[in-house]
Amino acid sequence: MTTLLEVSGVSVTFDGFRAIDNLSIQIGEPELRAVIGPNGAGKTTFMDIVTGKTRPDTGRVTWGERSISLLGLSESAIAREGIGRKFQKPTVFEAQSVRDNLAMSLRNDRAPWKVLVWRETEADAARIAEVAEEIGLTAHLARPAGELSHGQKQWLEIGMLLAQEPRLLLVDEPAAGMTPAEREHTTDLLKRIAATRAVVVVEHDMEFVRRLGCKVTVLHEGSVLAEGSIDHVTADRQVIDVYLGR
Amino acid sequence: MSVAAMPSRPVRKRLLEANPSVAWFLAILALFCLGVTALAEATGTGALSTSMIKTLGKTLCLCLVALAMDVVWGYQGILSLGHMAFFGLGGYAIGMWLMYARTEIIVAESLAEAAIPPTPAEIEDAIATQIFGVVGSDQFPAIWAFADSLVLQLAMVVAVPGLLALVFGWLAFRSRVTGVYLSILTQAMTLALSLYLFQNDSGLRGNNGLSGLQNLPGLDAVDQATVSIAFFYASAAALAAGYLLFAWVTSGKMGSVIRAIRDDEARVRFLGYHVESYKLFVFTLTAVVAGIAGALYYPQAGIINPAELAPIASIYLAVWVAIGGRGRLYGAVIGAAFVSLLSSWFTGGGAPDVDLGVYTIRWTDWWLVLLGVSFVLTTLYAPKGLGGLIDVIEARRARRRVGDYGPDKGALRREEGPPQ
Amino acid sequence: MLLRFLRTLLLVLLAVPTAGAAETLQDILQRHADEVADPGRRTVGPVIEDLVASGLPGVPSFLTAWSAREVVQRPGDGLFFVAEETGDDRLTLRDVATGEALATDVPEDTVEEVRPNGGVRRVIGTALVQFQLADPDPEVRRDAVQALSRSLEPDQIAPLERSIPGESDPALKARKEQLLAYLQARYGATTEARVAALDSLAGDLSVETRAVLNQVLDTEFRIAETPPEGPRVARVLTPGEDISREEAHAAIVEAGRAAAGPTPGEVKAALEANIAGGRVGGVPVAQLSSEAARARAYAALAEAGTVPPLVSPAQIEAALERHSFFEEYTETDAEVIAAAARALASTEVNVGLNQGLDLGLDALSLASIYFLAAIGLAITFGVMGVINMAHGEFIMMGAYTGYVVQLVIPDYTLSLVVALPLAFAVTFGAGVALERLVIRWLYHRPLETLLATFGVSIMLQQLAKNIFGTQARPLTAPGWLDGSLVVNDIVSISYIRIAIFVMALIFLAVLLVVLNRTRLGLEVRAVTQNPGMAASMGIDPDRINMLTFGLGSGIAGIAGVAIGLYAKVTSEMGQDYIVQSFMTVVVGGVGNVWGTLAGAGLIGIFQKSVEWLNPSNTLAAQTYMVLFIVLFIQIRPRGIVALRGRAAEA
Repeated sequence: MTTLLEVSGVSVTFDGFRAIDNLSIQIGEPELRAVIGPNGAGKTTFMDIVTGKTRPDTGRVTWGERSISLLGLSESAIAREGIGRKFQKPTVFEAQSVRDNLAMSLRNDRAPWKVLVWRETEADAARIAEVAEEIGLTAHLARPAGELSHGQKQWLEIGMLLAQEPRLLLVDEPAAGMTPAEREHTTDLLKRIAATRAVVVVEHDMEFVRRLGCKVTVLHEGSVLAEGSIDHVTADRQVIDVYLGR
Repeated sequence: MSVAAMPSRPVRKRLLEANPSVAWFLAILALFCLGVTALAEATGTGALSTSMIKTLGKTLCLCLVALAMDVVWGYQGILSLGHMAFFGLGGYAIGMWLMYARTEIIVAESLAEAAIPPTPAEIEDAIATQIFGVVGSDQFPAIWAFADSLVLQLAMVVAVPGLLALVFGWLAFRSRVTGVYLSILTQAMTLALSLYLFQNDSGLRGNNGLSGLQNLPGLDAVDQATVSIAFFYASAAALAAGYLLFAWVTSGKMGSVIRAIRDDEARVRFLGYHVESYKLFVFTLTAVVAGIAGALYYPQAGIINPAELAPIASIYLAVWVAIGGRGRLYGAVIGAAFVSLLSSWFTGGGAPDVDLGVYTIRWTDWWLVLLGVSFVLTTLYAPKGLGGLIDVIEARRARRRVGDYGPDKGALRREEGPPQ
Repeated sequence: MLLRFLRTLLLVLLAVPTAGAAETLQDILQRHADEVADPGRRTVGPVIEDLVASGLPGVPSFLTAWSAREVVQRPGDGLFFVAEETGDDRLTLRDVATGEALATDVPEDTVEEVRPNGGVRRVIGTALVQFQLADPDPEVRRDAVQALSRSLEPDQIAPLERSIPGESDPALKARKEQLLAYLQARYGATTEARVAALDSLAGDLSVETRAVLNQVLDTEFRIAETPPEGPRVARVLTPGEDISREEAHAAIVEAGRAAAGPTPGEVKAALEANIAGGRVGGVPVAQLSSEAARARAYAALAEAGTVPPLVSPAQIEAALERHSFFEEYTETDAEVIAAAARALASTEVNVGLNQGLDLGLDALSLASIYFLAAIGLAITFGVMGVINMAHGEFIMMGAYTGYVVQLVIPDYTLSLVVALPLAFAVTFGAGVALERLVIRWLYHRPLETLLATFGVSIMLQQLAKNIFGTQARPLTAPGWLDGSLVVNDIVSISYIRIAIFVMALIFLAVLLVVLNRTRLGLEVRAVTQNPGMAASMGIDPDRINMLTFGLGSGIAGIAGVAIGLYAKVTSEMGQDYIVQSFMTVVVGGVGNVWGTLAGAGLIGIFQKSVEWLNPSNTLAAQTYMVLFIVLFIQIRPRGIVALRGRAAEA
């Protein structure tokens, strides 16, 4: 397991409020990592920093074998580097078909003129079929995404991430609003994906995290409070105080 | 709903298959052209006057700029209040050549009567005096450097609106200005441009504008009836080409991406697309098409002045597209044709006054009130515009279409959205 | 003659009896009887001279009467009287010197009126100034000083100087001293006196002073073969830079120091006149379409002696080389020149400072107009994320409300008092109606709201045109708002602008109080920052939106009355302010009173500065302003005062 993403000494302040305080996290490849923490712990801000939405005041974020800095890159460039992000609220393009949603996410050249002359190849079609199969939406490819149920949208979004073939997936509360059966399916899916790439799951639901059975990072007030297996962190006194003890 | 049968093989549809409206549109446009040819003075019975042919030709140009507006607004989600400015710039670019070349001929004729032949400098001075006398100047401004070349001025038709759109768009998009902020900014750009042109020292004859554009240099022998039908054909061809171009751009993955940007640009960014480049591409492309439309329009109109570029013109353009139905190409064409023709009918005194006994409604006074009210009502109750009627017809045949009525943060309106 | 005149004047004022004192006023008049009875502008001079020289006490009153056409001549004996009309074409005749009534009830047609024409009366008036400057009546003295200031003459120095010590009116005294300084500066007898006067004028801002200094420093264009030097040289002109080469050469020609070559027009005419057998000077006519061929043809003609020779560029060059061009002060006294230049420099610095101040005041008043026009827009945009394109029409509606009120209530002050709250009420109502009928149904679709309100805007504009017509309607300010507060010759500001500034301040204060100190304000701020949370706290967002929209529109109505007071009320006036208002909101940042204030201030200052740099072109100012704003948002895309919340997401 090599280090894929390294966040070190990052701090960010919003209007005097220190959302992230000297945060350091390393993610390997492949690895499944859960990030937990109470509200306001900085989980979403952490993802914003990695994906380029928020610029930190200080600190370094380096990526890949050549340790390039992500701080100077735009959101789209970071995404092209291989970092995919799934939002808490499913954001799929409701006016377009499931197939179009997936086709847009395929790992192709993203330059406008290339997109303009893009024609779907056999390989592209096969990849779309494969992803659709994976997320169980093969039967719904032609439907507008807006017609899907909430859970199906969640999966479509995960499918879009898969089509992107990222090296690192940032997943924000994937299980929110899902039925127990759907949760199970999601857990399996995440574990399977994490076999070949890095996945960071931000989650509230301890049961869900436990089922993932991976290394857990506990954030509190913008920095790492504890790190280790779920059993290790749930036994940690400090963690119980700030998070579980309540 | 039989969805299980959907193929998972690649679906390589041809453009026409993917957009049945293109074939329909081209067929209707061709029929329209045939009809006009049969009725025109130069080629047919003469039932349609030359000025009517010009009006129809101008309407086709307006349809073309409305198409551009629809792509940038209905598909890309930028409510640009500047596309009529690009339209006007195209008109100015071609107008410069028309005016220069025609004045050159007139000047050459008058100087030929002199005892000794004129020098090139004398000809140049005479042309400049003729053109810029109205603004008290007898020198050619620097921007007229290429006015003597049709080819270069035609290049300007494309280059000037394109460059302005490129620079302005780059500045606006890179600072992530979106939504109403962006609309206001484009409006400000339009205002600045028209105010600039209003100045006498703008080099484009201030508020006099460029005139006599209907007279084609060297073609004085050809009567206006023939000129008008020629421009009508050219406008129709440009509209057809524009329709094909935009149908191509808005279909396929490009169409997917730009509509996705319209609906949620942050999400598109996280998919790895450089949103600003796409916006810039669409903004510039549509500006160029608007410029071409203007270059075809103003020789038919005969005169262009800065008032044509005022922000209000661009707002009317948005009104046409909205009434026609944005987010669908034929909607823009329907809207532009319908509203602009209706407008000239009402304001031209074609509509009969309504006598209410105590008050007589004269449509020249009340047309704008009617337009304002119907526009508000359209926005409120028929966001799909006239194009929505086509949906109603289609829905009778296949009751499964879900509306795509365009921008505004993308989300479908809850009460009209798809069944959850 | 001038000296003589001065001397006699002196004598008159000192009232020293002289040899000619034995003569009475009537005697003098009789000596010049013809000129007095029928004075001409040229012939009247000696008469007045003699009169003034006589030093008689009755002279000023006689001159006054003469000028006022009250003097009559009795045809019988040719004597002059001052006549007074007593009605029914009857006159009372009075003595010219004493004013004593000599004959009453004289029929008008028995005497002949003396009717000096306008030119004569002016000459008489000038002579009278000498007396009037020391007249006991301050009104007369004031008129005299004013007459004197209109035409400064060297001979006025002495009487003016003498009248100063006895002057009792301080303002008049100061004015006299100022005029004396002008006179001394221009015509003072000694260098010391002139320098002292010039030094006293240094830094004075008035247009008059600057004119006097410039007159002292008057220059004329000169040509010389030797390079100029000395204190009288104001500026050396380099041909091609300070003066065009053509002008410079023309000046040399005019001075007779070089031969004038034919102008291009003359060359062409000469060529045309000398066409012989299809050729000019051997060159075929058809080839004359180039400058070179024409030059060749002309040279051939010149060679043959048919036409004057062309002055070659080399000759022109040589002539220019040979001569120096410069501006020389007409004033010969170097010390005076230096003193005047010093005074002018210090005046100009002062003028610059005051112009800056004036510009600041202009910018401030423009900013307060923009603030009034934009604040309503900013509030609705901030709270609802909605741009109201009909905002400009609400401004227009307010202005027309003011106009209608003035039709009903003729008293301008009272009508203004009525119009302000009424305009607020009318546009508040219109705003609430617009919100309930249109905007409420388009929530979260800001672009469609923008368009729908635009539909409302064209409708309202056309309605106003249909009701009030297309011509501008007056909205007259009350009399006490007429005129300007004049600080000095440079800095002044009209009372209307001050009133608008005060109004903007009041609105700023009221809004701050409403938004920060009232329940409504609290709820508005809550909805602005987090509508969902506000709704769950029991705040009805619909009600807040409606009230906010009404408030924003109401302020637009009041702004309309304010703007209507100094601009014309037309159906299109809203359009003139709407884009500026948008810009103010964009620059300032939405939903914040201070942001709007900062935006209005910035735009006001920027626009005035550009206008100042390029005063001939107010249109260009707008163009530059938009460029500035586009660049500004590169630095601060969310405006000066950025806000978090719903609007920030729009």
